[in-house]
Amino acid sequence: MNRTLRFVGVRLAGMIAVLLVVSFATFAVFYLLPTDPAMMSCGKPCTPENLALARQFMGFDKPWGQQYLDFLGGIFTGRTFGTGVTAIVCSAPCFGYSFQQSESVLSLIGDRLPVTVSLAIGASVIWLVAGVATGVFSALRRGRFADRAAMTITLAGVSAPAYLVGLLGILLFGFTLDMVPVNGYVQFAQSPLDWAWHLVLPWLVLAFINAAVYARLSRGQMLEVLGEDFVRTARAFGLPERTVIGKYALRNVLLPVVTVFAVDLGALLGGAVITERVFALPGLGGLLVDAVHQVDLPVLMGVSLFAAFFVVLANFVVDVLYGVLDPRARLT
Amino acid sequence: MSDILSPGGAPVPAAAPAASRTLWRALRHDRWAQAGAVVIVLVILTALAAPLLALLEGQDPYTYHTDLLNPADGTGAGVLGGVSGSHWFGVEPLTGRDLFAVVAYGARTSFLIGLAATVVSVVLGVLLGASAGYAGGWWDTVVSRVTDVLLGFPQLIFMIAVGAVAPAAIPRPLLLIAVIGLFGWPRVARVVRAQTLSLRNRDFVRAARALGARGGHVFRRELLPNLWAPIIVLATVSIPANIGLEAALSFLGVGIPPPTPSWGRSISDAINWVQTDPMFLIFPGAALFIATLAFNMLGDGLRDALDPKTAVRR
Repeated sequence: MNRTLRFVGVRLAGMIAVLLVVSFATFAVFYLLPTDPAMMSCGKPCTPENLALARQFMGFDKPWGQQYLDFLGGIFTGRTFGTGVTAIVCSAPCFGYSFQQSESVLSLIGDRLPVTVSLAIGASVIWLVAGVATGVFSALRRGRFADRAAMTITLAGVSAPAYLVGLLGILLFGFTLDMVPVNGYVQFAQSPLDWAWHLVLPWLVLAFINAAVYARLSRGQMLEVLGEDFVRTARAFGLPERTVIGKYALRNVLLPVVTVFAVDLGALLGGAVITERVFALPGLGGLLVDAVHQVDLPVLMGVSLFAAFFVVLANFVVDVLYGVLDPRARLT
Repeated sequence: MSDILSPGGAPVPAAAPAASRTLWRALRHDRWAQAGAVVIVLVILTALAAPLLALLEGQDPYTYHTDLLNPADGTGAGVLGGVSGSHWFGVEPLTGRDLFAVVAYGARTSFLIGLAATVVSVVLGVLLGASAGYAGGWWDTVVSRVTDVLLGFPQLIFMIAVGAVAPAAIPRPLLLIAVIGLFGWPRVARVVRAQTLSLRNRDFVRAARALGARGGHVFRRELLPNLWAPIIVLATVSIPANIGLEAALSFLGVGIPPPTPSWGRSISDAINWVQTDPMFLIFPGAALFIATLAFNMLGDGLRDALDPKTAVRR
């Protein structure tokens, strides 16, 4: 128990360290690049006095170290921009404030998160099941027609970019066959059926691309496992093939698959930028792309950090799960 | 010193040349990989000869032909978006630029950035991975931690953000190569480090060290010949990934700026025309798909040759 606690503690400390590095790197890049956010909200004509005022209001007049610490501090204590009646209060946890959209970055992210989560969860369930099933099925029929056909399709899935598959999907199922809606988002609470109906195509597109990767991964893993001694032993004991595959082999196939899955899901929760753009879904990725076009630095920074948080969290969960699932991993 | 270490022949163990020889021998029997290689050569030739091909067609990718557009909806007039003898792939909606020339020149953009970014990431990855694996100690710890952090980074999001705020004075292709290359090396470094770790204690490396060879010599003469095979495979699968990344960034509007042709940007432009002019999506999309597919076919073949345990026998 003590060892497990220490294991989790070390990983947790590592996770916080990575987040600090990521936040600092993000901050440094945006700080060093010669784009002045104060310029954006200075108005025209922009007199030097107005510019200085805007800078002071946003906190950009301070030295860069102080700005970074202010940003970090804001997460725990909140921030207040300006003084008196015009002051803008960004209560803790404050991940910055978008002066362009007059809203705190956290509430902007909160508005968009349900869309991205709906997209990510639905798609990942489909691709995990379809990918692993295809891979295992292929491995068991190695070299036969089904294996070759499946691997050829996955090769196409790995090579095709998401936006191309998405647009072709829209063209085929949306316009030509007129089966599903091609864009828009309906809240789950509003109508669960419409919610799912609007997400079917994005789910399938994301799932197709990712399932290809998972099918190849689990096929390779299955072939390795089938060559292991314990599989031969199980077969020699006369266990039915169903038990050998389903109980012993599959468990070892799933271990690396789960690892990759957690990291992919973490990355996807940070914003499925391309899929959201193709299907005009108002998720985190859309928020980021909008922020890019408006050079809305606080939002860029907030979304980057938020996405990093999901990736780091996923890695942490994987590390801990791995330690639980596979006792050998605890030694390192 | 090299005289002592190479007494009239290669000090490299027999396994090294054999590994790359097996690679080529296996490829000779892999039709898919060969097909991939042929397509790659064709696309590279298209990229190199883009001006010639456009000249042959009698067009260029920059001239507007608004007279060829259907005034009702702005798409190319005629069948399939204006396909004709003088415009082989039709014309771009709204501008009327020749789509064949745009696609052919787009190959240049894709390959320039895909190849250059791969070179950056492979060189960095091999140098850092091999030195970390060979030297060990604090340097290994530093490289491994940086690798972990970069792999745990929301890369695409970061690239988009950097692309958005980078000053216009930096040439875009250079910026894309740097950003894609700098995020690509950790994957290479991780593989190369693991390989180096297993090579480090092999007898031939120990012998070289015992004879007084320094790090640089060991790297060039003992490690590198044994690392070539995985490096080739990594590079082959990195190129299509990087081509796709460039296209994705251009698709999102932070890559190659107009009017330089780019497959990704053409596909992005095609979003608004999918319903009225699907060919505007199909031509650049097919070009991108065929190029990445070819590289992946070749990469698959190379990997199977190295690791026949999981190979697909076609």
